[in-house]
Order: sequence, then structure tokens, then C-alpha cells
Amino acid sequence: MYRYDQYDHQIVKERVAQYRDQVRRRLSDELTEEEFLPLRLQNGLYMQRHAYMLRIAVPYGMLSTAQVRMFAHIARTYDRGYGHFTTRQNIQFNWINLEQSPDILAELATVEMHAIQTSGNCIRNTTSDELAGVAADEIIDPRPYAEIIREWSTFHPEFAFLPRKFKIAISGSEQDRAATAVHDIGLHVVKNAEGEVGFRFLVGGGMGRTPIIGSVIREFLPWQHALTYLEAVLRVYNQHGRRDNKYKARIKILVKALGAEEFGRQVEAEWADIKDGPATLTVEELQRIAQYFVPPPYETLAASDVGFEAHKAENKGFANWLLRNVKAHKVSGYAAVILSVKKTGVPPGDITAAQLDFVADLADQYSFGEVRITHEQNLVLADVKLSDLFTVWQAVKAQGLATPNIGLLTDIICCPGGDFCSLANAKSIPIAQAIAEKFDNLDFQHDIGEIELNISGCINACGHHHVGNIGILGVDKDGSEWYQVSIGGAQGNNTSIGKIIGPSFSAQQMPVVIERLLDVYVKQRHEEELFIDTVQRLGIAPFKEYVYASPIPTGYTHGEDACVY
Amino acid sequence: MPVSTNEIIKNRAVVSDDWSVLRLQEGETAESVSIPAGKVIVPFSVWQAQRAQLQDRKPIGVWLSSDAQADVLKEDLAHFDLVAVDFPKFTDGRGYSIAYNLRTRLAYSGELRAIGDVLRDQLFYMQRVGFDAFAVRADKNIHDALKGLTDFTEKYQTSWDEKTPLFRRVNRQAVSQD
Repeated sequence: MYRYDQYDHQIVKERVAQYRDQVRRRLSDELTEEEFLPLRLQNGLYMQRHAYMLRIAVPYGMLSTAQVRMFAHIARTYDRGYGHFTTRQNIQFNWINLEQSPDILAELATVEMHAIQTSGNCIRNTTSDELAGVAADEIIDPRPYAEIIREWSTFHPEFAFLPRKFKIAISGSEQDRAATAVHDIGLHVVKNAEGEVGFRFLVGGGMGRTPIIGSVIREFLPWQHALTYLEAVLRVYNQHGRRDNKYKARIKILVKALGAEEFGRQVEAEWADIKDGPATLTVEELQRIAQYFVPPPYETLAASDVGFEAHKAENKGFANWLLRNVKAHKVSGYAAVILSVKKTGVPPGDITAAQLDFVADLADQYSFGEVRITHEQNLVLADVKLSDLFTVWQAVKAQGLATPNIGLLTDIICCPGGDFCSLANAKSIPIAQAIAEKFDNLDFQHDIGEIELNISGCINACGHHHVGNIGILGVDKDGSEWYQVSIGGAQGNNTSIGKIIGPSFSAQQMPVVIERLLDVYVKQRHEEELFIDTVQRLGIAPFKEYVYASPIPTGYTHGEDACVY
Repeated sequence: MPVSTNEIIKNRAVVSDDWSVLRLQEGETAESVSIPAGKVIVPFSVWQAQRAQLQDRKPIGVWLSSDAQADVLKEDLAHFDLVAVDFPKFTDGRGYSIAYNLRTRLAYSGELRAIGDVLRDQLFYMQRVGFDAFAVRADKNIHDALKGLTDFTEKYQTSWDEKTPLFRRVNRQAVSQD
């Protein structure tokens, strides 16, 4: 876990003072709301439907237990007792007073946290693999590079007012768990034939209204050049990205317009000026950062544990949880535990102050005092001994964080939607809840197998609906809320963008729509075939045909909304 | 034309300024606009159109719009006593890269002035990429804006003002809080 030195402390402290003064000037009308807007956004403060929302940076999703307890404190003191984990591995609080926001930042600074650049048209929180450092399939731990990028991007003077928001994700494993292909920049830490470490450099991926999969502009960039190459990409984008239309302002539009090859050529030309300059990384710096990510003091343990095996054999609930929520670890005798923040009846990603305190205590006792956030809005205890798993499971279960649904139908990625977000065209949480309620039966979910269901309340795609095996997008039609359904999206190594199956549905129709999609799958699947594979094999036609074959009750009994057909 | 008594921030102090910025009004063209007497910062388009007359004029300044590239001044840079970059809107960040490229790629060492929608909370960033003069928007208190230059005492990354990144400049070690 990275620890601040005096310079990090100083910069964050100075930010708190700067922001406090900005808030003062806003409250005294020295700053207009228009002038204040980008300033507060670069501090993660949004004006939402009911109140301000504060998004706190969790760099690459890593948290100490002191930080988790601080969230609980903020939830209790400044909010309504809960927080919400996001697809950017951040946490946000929905009921914040503007006047108190500087105090929250001051409190965060005491545990080495801030809200810098969690919003705004600047380089956002760099995300990574929630299993970094422990995953069995890891090639190189990406976290030191993520931290190096965090520092470089923090208050970068040239790139604070970009054409649009800018998101970087980094992955160091065989299996991409960081959705790198749908980021403005996606980095794969790789080794070349000589065993040297470098990056495969993807640019121009993204979701939103024009979903595009990133293009590789360099197969191998030696790690020393990471920052100068990032600088070159950002400089080309800053100067040439469109500013006339915010919907065409992301780097993906520029890369698409120029072609990846031409874009790459311009980056190389820009890079030629700064390559090998002082910003080139040094072995000393990499080592300095990497020392914070050395493995914790693992015990030498056998690959299996007698007590653990006995509980597994005797207790079906425990076995189910192991199957879904516990992941392989590269160290013998340990496992990574995913705490499901997706209990039916609770908005996906929402967590209470009591649960936050509980997770902190649990991590202190069983997982070296460290917690991670996944971009699927769950939590991870990365280093739990097999012999502790049963105890941990019982404790977690009592807190409602043990739903054995990781990777299954009810592990829904969902943005806050119209209940909170002022950008949303439609609610998303009630849709997630209605679907979760209908398919609450775990046996059925296990039978369906791995499936990603993602819901966004608007085209900004915070719920990553484009890469959901089933994606749901809230749309506004004549002032009412409708839902467009796509299938065939996927994240990871075979990232694909889902295809829309047809006209949109009302909220009330959505559970039946999902049921029909699953009916087709169950009927057509080959043995062991996942939903996504069936969709890819058959195309969307049979799904479309069946979903629209007969009317689905709309919930409306009269008037022109009585039936959608 | 009367000498302007405007104030600007230059080299981290509020000073009076006798330059005026020429902006084309509706109906005026770069070819036909007449350049007032005194110290004038002309748009690059005017410089291009009237170079023959302007190149003997001293002193003279030029300003670039935010959609320009620093490279357009490559051949002519030596003529200018001042180069300005316009910020049509404080949220338009292209001027930062223009300034950086003027300073680094073109090695421009004269006065580099930010004009247009120039506000306090952007000044720290602007000075980092190479601006040393700031024509703060007229409705804002320039003495208040001056404070924006000192918001931070440290920075992680390189830019025009700081050639060495923090990791090469100092010996960094975590501060124990136990």
C-alpha cells in the first residue's frame, strides 16, 4: 500500500487550502457558479438532483483500513449513513453540503486521501486490477506504475482543461480485469522476448454515446518511457481534440477521425522531442514506489487446510460462496475474497457506515489491513488464509456482504441513475432491484452461470452497459423513462460492444425481457456454454425474435401507453 | 491613441501595462484593419496579412488564438517583443500546450502573456507551462488573482518551469505516522 511522504502530504494540504478558499469565494459570490463549476468538479463535487455529491479518489482501488473507517466517519457525520462504490473504483457520498466539503477534504487528508481530479475534464483516477499483486495469472504487478501515473497526472499543469474527461486503466495479468479496451488509454504491462518490462499502449477506447474499442498504437514501450509517452498522447489530444461539440470531444473521436496509425504517428513525432528527457523514469524511482507493494508477510502454508476442506464438504452455503466469491491466490494457503455489495434489495455498490467499519475490522484481522474496490462495485480482501475462510464467511454473512453471486446475474453493475444523478434520463437502481428480485433464486443463477448485466441511466455509460453481456440503457422518450436493451457486450480480453435488440421497454417490462433473453439461452445453449458465447454463436436474431414475439405487460392499463405495440 | 493604463501581472507582481490588444471587430479584416499607434499586440492573422508593413515596426507583439499551433510563429519569432495566447474561455486548455511548445520547442524567451478569460484559479497552471504575464479579466480583482500563483509549493511532474520531476529532485521517503 502506497504511503505519502512529506511532498504528497504537502500537495494535498495545499489543495485543501486552495479548495477551501474557492468555496469561500463562491459563497461570497466572488466566483460565479459557472466559474466555480470546473473547480469543484476537479475536486469531485457534483451538483446532483437533491444535493451535492462528493466523489473521493481511491487510486487504483486500494484502501487501508484507516481509510475505510474514514469513509464510515464521513458517511455518519456528513452524509446519511452510507456511501456508494463506483465503476471507477472510487466512493461517492450523495448528501453533502457545499459548506462542509472543505472540512471533509481536510479529514480525508489525515488518512492520505483526497478528491483531486475525480471529475472534470482532466486525467481521472487511474484504475487497475482489483487482484493486482495476488492474482494467480499476474505477469507484473501494475500498481507501482499506477501510482507513478497518479503522481504524474496530479495537477499536471498542461492537462487540467482537456476537451473532455480522460480515463486511464492499467492491467498486469493474462486476464484483463480493468476494462482497458474501453478507456481513453489502456495499458497492458507486458514482457518482451528479452524479458524486459514495458507497455502495450491502447488509445481511443471508451463508452458513452459512441462506444469504441481502443486501438494499439504501440505493441511495446519500455517502462522507462511511460510518462513521456503519456505526455505526448495527451499533448496531441489537448491540441487536436474537438472542442466544438462535447459529444465528440473524447480522444476516441480524434483517433477514429485520424485513424490509429496517423494518431500514433503524431504521438511519436511529439514524443521525439521529450523522449529520454528528465521525465524518463529511473530504476531508483520504480524501486522506491515498488517497495510499497511488496507482498505482505505471508505464512508458509500448505495448499489445503483440513478444517477448511471439512467445512466445504459439510456446508453447501459455504461451498457456494467459495465457488463464486473466492478467487485463486498466487500464494499457497491463501485466497482472495470478494465481498458482494450486491445484496437483493440494496442499490448495487451501496454500503452503510456500519458495514464499512465491519469491513475495516475484518481486514485488520484477516487480510493485512487492506481492502480493494472492484470496478464491478464490490470489495476485496485480497489475502485471507484458507483456514480463516469459514470464520470470515460467517462474519460477512451476518453483515449482508456474502451473497454468493459474484459474476452471476444479480452481480449487476449499476450507476446511481435518475434517483440521484442529474444527467440521468432514467432511473437505474429500481431496474436493478426489480431484476434482482425476480432472479433472486441462487440455484437458478448458478445454473445460468457467469453473465454480466450492466445498467446505465444515461448515455454517459457509467454503468458500462455497452460491455454488459446484457446491457440496459435508460432513455428518455417524450418525458418518460424507457430502457434500451443490448446483448453480446463483453469486457476483458475479448471486449465487445453489445448490439441493441430493438425498441425500448418500460421499467415494468424489464424483468420479463430479461427472463425471455434467458429462456432463449437456456433452450439453445450447448453444454457448459456461457450466455455470451451463445449470443456470439447465434447472433442477436433468435433473442430479438422471442423477446418481441408477444406483448409484455407494460404496467399501464389504459391510455396510449397501455401497450407498446 | 491614448496609452493604456491597464494593470497586468508580470513576473509575479501587479504592474501597469501600456500594451493594447488588437481584436478584429465585425466587418474588419486582417488585411484592411488599421493598426493603432503605440505598443500593440496584433492577431497572428493580421501579422500574416500585413507583415510587409509591420516587420519594421518596433515594438510589436502578436497573439495566437487557442486553435493555433505554436509552430506557426517558427519563422517570425525574432520579430516580436511579446507573444500572447488567447483564452477565449477559461475552460479552453489548448493555450497551455501552445505556451509549452513556444517555450520548449521554439525556445521563445521573451514575454509570454495570457490574455482573454484569464482567472485566478488557472494562474498556477499557466505559469508552469511558461506564461510570465497575465492580463487578468477586467472585472476581477488583479491583486486577489495574484494569490493564485502561489497555490502550491511543490509539483510532481515536469513542465516549462520545472525541468526535473520530483522523483529526480529530492530524496523521497514515506513519513511514518505510526
